[in-house]
Amino acid sequence: MTDSRNLFNKVWDLHACQTLPSGQDQLFIGLHLIHEVTSPQAFAILRERNLKVAYPERTVATVDHIVPTQSTARPFVDLLAEEMMSAIEKNCRDFGIRLFDLVDNRQGVVHIVGPEQGLTLPGMTIACGDSHTSTHGAFGSIAFGIGTSQVADVLATQTLALARPKVRKVEVTGQLKPGVYAKDVILHIIRKLGVQGGVGYAYEYAGDVFDRMSMEERMTVCNMSIEGGARCGYINPDQTTVDYIQGRPFAPQGEEFERAAKWWLSLASGKDAQFDDVVVFKAEEIEPTVTWGITPAQSVGVKETLPTISSFPADDQKVISEAFQYMDLKEGQPIQGLKINVAFIGSCTNGRISDLREAARIVKGRHVAAGVKALVVPGSQLVRKQAMEEGLDKIFEEAGFEWRGAGCSMCLAMNPDKLQGNEVCASSSNRNFKGRQGSPTGRTLLMSPAMVAAAAVTGAVTDVRELE
Amino acid sequence: MVQAITQVTGSAVPLLLDDIDTDRIIPARFLRCVTFDGLGEHAFEDDRIQDPAHPFNKAQFQGGKILVAGRNFGCGSSREHAPQALMRWGIQAIIAESYAEIFFGNCVSLGIPCVRASRADLEALTKLISADPRTSVAIDLLAQTVTAQSEGGQQLKANVEIPPGARQSLTTGGWDFLGQLLDGEPKVRAQVAKIPYLQKFAVAT
Repeated sequence: MTDSRNLFNKVWDLHACQTLPSGQDQLFIGLHLIHEVTSPQAFAILRERNLKVAYPERTVATVDHIVPTQSTARPFVDLLAEEMMSAIEKNCRDFGIRLFDLVDNRQGVVHIVGPEQGLTLPGMTIACGDSHTSTHGAFGSIAFGIGTSQVADVLATQTLALARPKVRKVEVTGQLKPGVYAKDVILHIIRKLGVQGGVGYAYEYAGDVFDRMSMEERMTVCNMSIEGGARCGYINPDQTTVDYIQGRPFAPQGEEFERAAKWWLSLASGKDAQFDDVVVFKAEEIEPTVTWGITPAQSVGVKETLPTISSFPADDQKVISEAFQYMDLKEGQPIQGLKINVAFIGSCTNGRISDLREAARIVKGRHVAAGVKALVVPGSQLVRKQAMEEGLDKIFEEAGFEWRGAGCSMCLAMNPDKLQGNEVCASSSNRNFKGRQGSPTGRTLLMSPAMVAAAAVTGAVTDVRELE
Repeated sequence: MVQAITQVTGSAVPLLLDDIDTDRIIPARFLRCVTFDGLGEHAFEDDRIQDPAHPFNKAQFQGGKILVAGRNFGCGSSREHAPQALMRWGIQAIIAESYAEIFFGNCVSLGIPCVRASRADLEALTKLISADPRTSVAIDLLAQTVTAQSEGGQQLKANVEIPPGARQSLTTGGWDFLGQLLDGEPKVRAQVAKIPYLQKFAVAT
């Protein structure tokens, strides 16, 4: 008999320990990732209640949000950051949790480190006090962000109380046009389904476009599920997944790997799998996409002009007007040619080696435009090392980019990397919220790393295809 | 067991905007902390600086217990600092058109009921409390209603919704899940034996 459950429900069923009085399930969490920002108060809860960490080997810690990308000398200049760093060091020591700290070359942005180390595996439930935990869904796991009270729940019990969401299949079929990247695919999906279209759903990304993607591209897509309101997004495991995992430090080895791979592949949603909803997009309709507003759904293709306020439904017009006002942009103006002040390549969305290679390919032999500050922040120390072995750092530095250490950097500005005043930043990160990049009046344009590279060398939003 | 929450009554703060993300509720620079103490005074800090008319700036809305918001409230970052900041500012319940999921879950964990109301009812409620900030607003989680009574005698009654799991947890004092999860330990152990990656991939599925 074939299993008509989709991957999400197979994995959920396997981890559901019992139904709680609220009707929610008590769900076992296979991998818990923690970082310095959302964990200290959770450890405080454990201490208050005199609790231990139930499965210390199933939690892994690293540091990323507050890490300075220029000098990691201790103590940090920012004493608040230093206090947080000391707190996670002490908490991991006291509770027996593995920590990839700054002197460990496995340190990096938590969502880059998990897959890189082979901690992230198909069929797992993965939680982290960070909304971009959806990244790990690229492996066919159920991965989602949680708050600090829930971090305490996982530490103390390795479980969470959760209601099962519905599952929407988001299919993209056909051939992507040249210059269109995974980032453009997810920005397009969010633009079409809206920033709250995914609330109450997990997204299964399916179709030949995702089948052909590398694991790194799949991670970019799943990473931004939360920007479309879906707490969790995933892609079915296939041979690409298995090949990526093989040989990674924490992945199963030898015969165990063979058994694992067989199980992983068996989890994929079958042809007759059931979904609560299905939407289909054509790959050919996706353009290099740039956000112009203050939510990740407020985007246009690079050749388009900005929409008019009146083209939106009445209920949406207030937030659209707010976006135009904050961004200081006009209805109907082209996005191409919009001047930028800063270019940022990095983040859990686009800070992987393939992102840096693609950006380097665009900047090679060119130079950052006058007056533009441009920085490249590898997502992990190992990504940085790999890039340097390939000479990418030289390409970036010769082009006038700053080559930094690993961390979250200017994606969220909890560290020294911040926009100033109302600067406009071409950014490969995930959020263009008001003030997101550290200046309360700073402005963010989200785009693919290649498009950021193109903007950096021309000083304005540019169709990367014109530089090829 | 924590306290059962069946109703919240008090004055309200109107903030009928859509897609308010948690970076706006509490800007990231205030997350450089190891406790949640003191977050209340920074709630909506950048919005308040840029907009002197922001309701959190206005004397007449200080002491408000119920926040009235729009669609997709609390989207973006999972930071529990956001509901912690609102709670420490004085907010005890939220009425909005809809919520982002992680924010909603964080609120339940803190005992902050988040109920949904229709746009039309939210607009009517906003009008009432803007005209008379001393309007008393009451959310009843059992009846799933909101009632408002202005000092001038104007009244409003509307239906609200809250998902059954959250409603059950809040109204029975079961919203601090940690105790229940700890009690489930024998069932967790039994489940662990069935999960392939916890058993070297040597269990039949």
